[in-house]
Amino acid sequence: MAEPEREPDAEEPEELPAWSLPADAAAGIRVQLGWPAALDREWAFGGATGAGARVCILDSGIEVDHPLVGEVQQSWAVSIDEDDVAHVDPDDIGDKCGHGTACAGIVRSLAPDAELVSVRVIGEGYKGSGRVLLAGLRWAIEQGFDVVNMSLSTTKKELATLLHELADDAYFRRTALVASAHNMPVESYPWRFSSVISVGSHEDPDPFVLYYNPSPPVEFFARGLEIDVAWLGGTTLRCTGNSFATPHVSGLCALVLSKHPELTPFQLKSVLTLIATNVSAAA
Amino acid sequence: MSTDQLRAAVAAGALASEALHRSLLQSIVETARAIFSAKASSIFLLDEETDELVFEAVVGAGADALLGKRFPADTGIAGWVLVTRQPLVVEDVQGDPRFARDAAEATGYVPKGLMAVPLLHEERALGVLSVLDRPKDVRFSLREMDLLTMFAAQASVALELLQRGRRIRAILDGGGVDELATLARVSEHFEQLPEGRREAGLRLLKELDRVLRT
Repeated sequence: MAEPEREPDAEEPEELPAWSLPADAAAGIRVQLGWPAALDREWAFGGATGAGARVCILDSGIEVDHPLVGEVQQSWAVSIDEDDVAHVDPDDIGDKCGHGTACAGIVRSLAPDAELVSVRVIGEGYKGSGRVLLAGLRWAIEQGFDVVNMSLSTTKKELATLLHELADDAYFRRTALVASAHNMPVESYPWRFSSVISVGSHEDPDPFVLYYNPSPPVEFFARGLEIDVAWLGGTTLRCTGNSFATPHVSGLCALVLSKHPELTPFQLKSVLTLIATNVSAAA
Repeated sequence: MSTDQLRAAVAAGALASEALHRSLLQSIVETARAIFSAKASSIFLLDEETDELVFEAVVGAGADALLGKRFPADTGIAGWVLVTRQPLVVEDVQGDPRFARDAAEATGYVPKGLMAVPLLHEERALGVLSVLDRPKDVRFSLREMDLLTMFAAQASVALELLQRGRRIRAILDGGGVDELATLARVSEHFEQLPEGRREAGLRLLKELDRVLRT
């Protein structure tokens, strides 16, 4: 398959239309993607290892030196001080819950050469605050990660507007926000926003099986049943749930983006749809 | 209607609802146990004041002795489910660091596997529904998770009603609490209105009802 070619800079329009598309401006926003007529998995991530893709795990931290996770390139922790100011500092605590380590291990299993960055927003006993979550997400978006894995959600309505703004911000800054749908039919965020890639579970044991859901709000289903995930103390634990389906999609995104770094979240979501197990590509 | 009569009427409603809601909760755990062919099932209510989980309905080993028993809300798998507001299925609790063996032993029954689901009402977590020891030869599937969350939706409504009933009782037992006393006084004044002013009074009350509802 041919690699996509970018238009030479000289041919790019100098000023793109922003709020409307006048008839004579249409030629100016022509996008040459170089997608083959039938987009398949070979084109999407064949030969890719995740090298060059930066994946942020926004969770409970990542255990250092876990054999299923390997090297974690950076670890950060988010806190709120007495004056209500958020701080993001280098972290050497690792993970006190296991949940973040589990997510990191799954991303690593799909995209072995991706860069993993831990941002700890959940403390011991899985306790976290909305302010810490927002500050962590804001920071992660500012860092320009290719993928942010959010295997967590909040039911607090007062956070919804701010999370929505951050999700849109990530979308326009080319950061793919991959978020777990709630495991029960309840309203929670940010997975319900259309600017994120939302993930539920399927029962197939193949980590590369991905389903596109034509009846959103959950947009994709990935492996989420009885997975032996990395857990604390170098161990594994058999777990079920959308929290573990989500990093499968983050891993896939890392693979696709390592081969096609030019893709925007919108295009990435389209690629995921076209390579989904239940979607047949146009002949 | 006098204040005493109103108090008695509300009390009767609250008392009747307590018994009905308790039997609804009991019926939910009994049905859950039967559907999943499980050994036991429980509903825990979160006592927000003491941050404890309370056995509110139990079916299975030691059920009678467990009713009303309390433990800290962050204990074990129920605690994890409450904090994360996510259901959790553990097929082998011995291998799961979140399992609180001491707390399970204190109940007199240590399960091998369990499913637990949070009971949510709007933004609040009201408690936890757990189902212990499904048959080993039946593989867990996502359908069971869906079924469990359907039971949880039922249990959440029952638990919310139970709590509302108890709040009314607390007001009655406390006596002289502003809301009820005010309502009772309004009712009393209304009863005492002369015939000509009753219609105007009723219109005012209806308008007040409309304003409070919006």
